[in-house]
Amino acid sequence: MAATTTTAAADERVARVGLFKRLVVKPELGSLIGAIVIFAFFSVLSDVFHSANGIANWLDPASTLGIMAVTVALLMIGGHFDLSAGVQTGTAGIATGLLTTYYGMNTFAALVLSLVLVLAIGFINGYLVVRTKLPSFIITLGMFLMLQGLNLGVTKLVTNTVQVNNFDQVGGYKVLHSILASTVTIAGAPFQIAIAWWIVFTIVGSWVLLKTRFGNWIFAVGGDQNSANNVGVPVGRTTIILFMITSFGAWFVGNAQIVRLTSIQAQTGFGQELIYIVAAVIGGCLLTGGFGSAIGASLGALIFGMTSQGIVYAGWDADWFKFFLGAMLLLAVLSNQYVRRFAEQTRR
Amino acid sequence: MFKMRRALVLPALGLLLAAAACSGGNAVNKPQTDNNNNAGGAGKYGYKIAVVTHGASGDAFWSIVKAGVQKAGSDLGDNVTYESDGDPQKQAQLIDAAVNQKVDGLVVSMANPGALKASIQKAIAAGIPVITINSGAADSKAFGALSHIGQDESVAGNAVGNQLKQAGVKNAICVIQEAGNVGLEQRCAGVKATLGGTVTNVQVDNNNLPAAQATIKAKLQSDKTIDGVVTLGGQVAAVAVNAIADAGSTAKLATFDLNADVAKGVENGKILFAVDQQPYLQGYLSVQMLTLYKSNLNVLGGGQTVLTGPTLVTKDNAGQIEKLAAAGTR
Repeated sequence: MAATTTTAAADERVARVGLFKRLVVKPELGSLIGAIVIFAFFSVLSDVFHSANGIANWLDPASTLGIMAVTVALLMIGGHFDLSAGVQTGTAGIATGLLTTYYGMNTFAALVLSLVLVLAIGFINGYLVVRTKLPSFIITLGMFLMLQGLNLGVTKLVTNTVQVNNFDQVGGYKVLHSILASTVTIAGAPFQIAIAWWIVFTIVGSWVLLKTRFGNWIFAVGGDQNSANNVGVPVGRTTIILFMITSFGAWFVGNAQIVRLTSIQAQTGFGQELIYIVAAVIGGCLLTGGFGSAIGASLGALIFGMTSQGIVYAGWDADWFKFFLGAMLLLAVLSNQYVRRFAEQTRR
Repeated sequence: MFKMRRALVLPALGLLLAAAACSGGNAVNKPQTDNNNNAGGAGKYGYKIAVVTHGASGDAFWSIVKAGVQKAGSDLGDNVTYESDGDPQKQAQLIDAAVNQKVDGLVVSMANPGALKASIQKAIAAGIPVITINSGAADSKAFGALSHIGQDESVAGNAVGNQLKQAGVKNAICVIQEAGNVGLEQRCAGVKATLGGTVTNVQVDNNNLPAAQATIKAKLQSDKTIDGVVTLGGQVAAVAVNAIADAGSTAKLATFDLNADVAKGVENGKILFAVDQQPYLQGYLSVQMLTLYKSNLNVLGGGQTVLTGPTLVTKDNAGQIEKLAAAGTR
């Protein structure tokens, strides 16, 4: 018995690690520090930024971005990209809008059908990636272009314009509005309900990643596909499900948008796919897969939301907006990188 | 396992469709009858006219221009094509392609005149009459175009500034939804010139409207003295309405360009007024003018820009215009 104890102590893989070290090697720590720094920075520049109204304001863009960032992070940890994720939000919203306001379908049936549609898109993405072994970058780029054309073509064909409107007149709109687009007043400021959904997505995403067998599969597939395959991880199924999870996120965000704005544009979501990836990367996801976290992606979205609104609160010249945005993001990623390198040194 | 799942999917879809068939009350937007393309005139000119613009596909404004082009084509019996590319070089290549096809007339929008100069002059050298629309008024004549049809962005901006001044606005924001677009900058500058007060530009992204709403709201929160908001596109105007309400601001909203939501907003008083430059006319008239030139050597405008705007959409006429905007022609 004494012999077993010594072997266990000698095995560095199961050695006890101190709390500080355990915290520091988390992928999301860098982005947490980044978020705190950005918050402090803009709080100094503007009083409104850290007031309840200001917080409600920058949490709003962060929330929809965060929902997508979490699903995209799972996919990225699994080793893939989805460049069609942004336009899929448009596809989902436009499908719901057209089916109800033009074809008179029951609102909830239309929601389900739009879900079936985007899940099918996710399935095709995943299936093609698994079958052809081509980079997901290329497959989803093709899907991105196709959907962009499809969104516009179908919208124009049916409506003669480039948007679907009057969604607030469909049956069940009030219910949908309270679920997806209502506000909750806290400390006198209206907080979007989407923020709560964002938290739900983050918790579920983290739970799946860290506490389930499927989560282990994601890390395994993203880390090394061949070894994952050799130890019996269903690589194909995992990959396809990951693409479908991203599509599910797009369905949620796209429909939340049409409910909130009561209309949706044919070009909705175009260009957003890169922002999702940026948020996930700020949050510690590696572009090569196998490493990252859902909470980190959410923090990345938070940083993006704070930065984009903070620049407005700070009153900086609008002409320079994109420059400031890019510089802040680069700073966030660099500090993240620095913390991670520090973390890896302490790990040894 | 897989087979069983597949067996379940089909009946589930069937149920959905059945549920869909039962309820028709949701169809608040009746499918459009094709009032856009039905033959109005009985013209049989048969000229081949190519329209090459810089408008992005999916852009609300340019889809109306395109509708005007197509309607003129069917009214006059001309054979029209519509191509567009926002990249100046690619637009020049599209013009070259049209010249190679020996079209009878060419319509070009010149967002970037310098880049298109060579291609347009090649067309004119090949004996193809050219009409420029929308942007590029300053260079149109020098390049050898017959006429220019469009709106002077500065003049339109001035009109908005005047109207807002009359409404008592002193501190306005001008929301730019497309970074680096010269026309949009001119509009804001035009507003500033006649308003007399402060005008601050704000950047938002046209493809992420919820974020645009949050940004406008942030601006209104950070400066409580803002009493006017100018948006430069119909889609942004719709979210600006929400942003103003959310921020608890009393700022007055005016917008450039039109869509059904904007017309509705003007009708119910949430938008003070909208400035329309009638994109439909820019498409329709250009084809009409080329046809007249080819058949009768007529030239309109006398060397001056043929102005299609600004026209004001106010509470008085918004109701009628809303229907036309929903049909995609205003």
